[in-house]
Amino acid sequence: MIMPSPVTRSQPGGPALLEVEHLTMRFGGLIAVNDVSFTANDREITAIIGPNGAGKTTVFNCLTGFYSPTVGRLTLHGANGPVLLERLEAYRIAQLAKVARTFQNIRLFQNMSVLENLIVAQHNKLMRASCFSLAGLFGLPIYRAAERAAIEKARYWLDQVNLTDVADINAGNLPYGGQRRLEIARAMCSEPVLLCLDEPAAGLNPRESAELAALLCKIRDDEKIGVLLIEHDMSVVMKISDHVVVLDYGCKISDGSPDHVRNDPVVIRAYLGEDDDDVTASEVLAAAPAVTVTGGRS
Amino acid sequence: MAYFLQQLINGLTLGAIYGLIALGYTMVYGIIGMINFAHGEIYMVGAFVSLISFLVLGAAGITWVPLMLAIVLVISMVFTSIYGWTIERLAYRPLRGSVRLAPLISAIGVSIFLQNYVQLVQGARIKPLPPVIRGGFTLMGDGDNFVVQLSYLQIIIMLLTVGLMVAFTMVITRTDLGRAQRACEQDKTMAALLGVNVDRTISMTFVMGAALAAVAGVMVTMYYGVVDFYIGFLAGVKAFTAAVLGGIGSLPGAMLGGILIGLIESFWSAYFTIEYKDVAAFAILVMVLIFRPTGLLGRPEIEKV
Repeated sequence: MIMPSPVTRSQPGGPALLEVEHLTMRFGGLIAVNDVSFTANDREITAIIGPNGAGKTTVFNCLTGFYSPTVGRLTLHGANGPVLLERLEAYRIAQLAKVARTFQNIRLFQNMSVLENLIVAQHNKLMRASCFSLAGLFGLPIYRAAERAAIEKARYWLDQVNLTDVADINAGNLPYGGQRRLEIARAMCSEPVLLCLDEPAAGLNPRESAELAALLCKIRDDEKIGVLLIEHDMSVVMKISDHVVVLDYGCKISDGSPDHVRNDPVVIRAYLGEDDDDVTASEVLAAAPAVTVTGGRS
Repeated sequence: MAYFLQQLINGLTLGAIYGLIALGYTMVYGIIGMINFAHGEIYMVGAFVSLISFLVLGAAGITWVPLMLAIVLVISMVFTSIYGWTIERLAYRPLRGSVRLAPLISAIGVSIFLQNYVQLVQGARIKPLPPVIRGGFTLMGDGDNFVVQLSYLQIIIMLLTVGLMVAFTMVITRTDLGRAQRACEQDKTMAALLGVNVDRTISMTFVMGAALAAVAGVMVTMYYGVVDFYIGFLAGVKAFTAAVLGGIGSLPGAMLGGILIGLIESFWSAYFTIEYKDVAAFAILVMVLIFRPTGLLGRPEIEKV
């Protein structure tokens, strides 16, 4: 089995931001993710790529508390020390571990205004400031100040994603590209240390994709957080990623810099398919049924 | 004309009470998509608690009406809130994620349980309460010696209802709890991912609904002066009708529906037969369900293809 040593770029001495160790997720007889280990660092964009059905979204679902993994440990080294993500409920992951995510299909609060979507993301801070809304009900100064700060933060992110003019319209009425950007802004308003994006460029035109890539680089460099990215658009992935993890049929088949991955024969095989008798390929994909696919499966 | 005006006043008073109960139905439906059939019983418990508090306060010598009213309101709101919270915790939360019908049946069970429990501990006989607030304005006399009365109690009921509805709307639209509730209503998973404690938000919804029902219970106790263990059923079903008429899930709809049902009932009793006033209210329910299932202010569900 080919397992190139993972590139670790974290600061010397410090552990990586996210450590995924031996993650396995089984649904009955189906093994969606099989013994996957990788790390993601802060100030880096880590891309998870792979053909459809490779288990990328399942990894995200394990990270954000949707699924509890069958086997494995997910450690996040955030500001509050190491947190084991697999033991937390979904809302605690956002509160305590500060992991935010977006979805493949857009999940905004459609009937709330754009601004309100961003304020909901700051729920925990506001709840604490308002003593569970009591102070908010009576309009006490302590809540007013917290609310102003929340709006200020929301406004900053609206500027970042160019949605300031439409702050008061319902999120459901935004055009598609705007909704995608709003999802990222909303995730950022929850002040994450790790931002997980599930196919943020899906359905965007080339210009919007380029803008998105610039935004993600800006988030990485200015906010100094880790970005975990699932993406099929290779032009985006190869341009902005610092580190790429490739999954196929639930197994990790490659891990390294974009250049390393691009030239890795196993990855090429997984994407383009091959009907040869190469030992390495059949070994890597042994867990899966017939892989001889003609044409790309991306 | 005088007769009409009197019925209008009575109808608005009744409607205010229905509106308060209807808010509880519509909120719970909005957030977890379930009709809380035990809500009428919460209101009945609120009425009983208020009756007991009035009697205890009277015995303790506290008879200054504003103070008495304030204490009774607080006590019954606290008690029913605890009931609301407990019911959600024990009877509904374990069934969340189960089939849609399960919490509904559980709610009916809770409703039967509460009725029988109150009957057991308080007895089945009607409990009277001497009038707490007397007097009122005489608005106009008629040729036939018909006098339009607007009692102080009716004024208090309407003012209190309007005040509560304003406060309630503020909570939903302005505060963070309200925002969390609206977020949970639209997408619980996403709300949880943004750090909203969904279970606690749902509990708070039940607590708020129960507190509003308690206020309705206090006012009914004072208005009619009688309480028994069975009042929750009819009031609950009528408030449910009000919520459906206004559009279930819509808060302004619940208030509007409550007032309409109150008016319909009071005018029907005045101009037709008082025996059939319930028929009028429920005929409305049937007609709304047939001709306009989304209610007056409800949003139609648009399925995107």
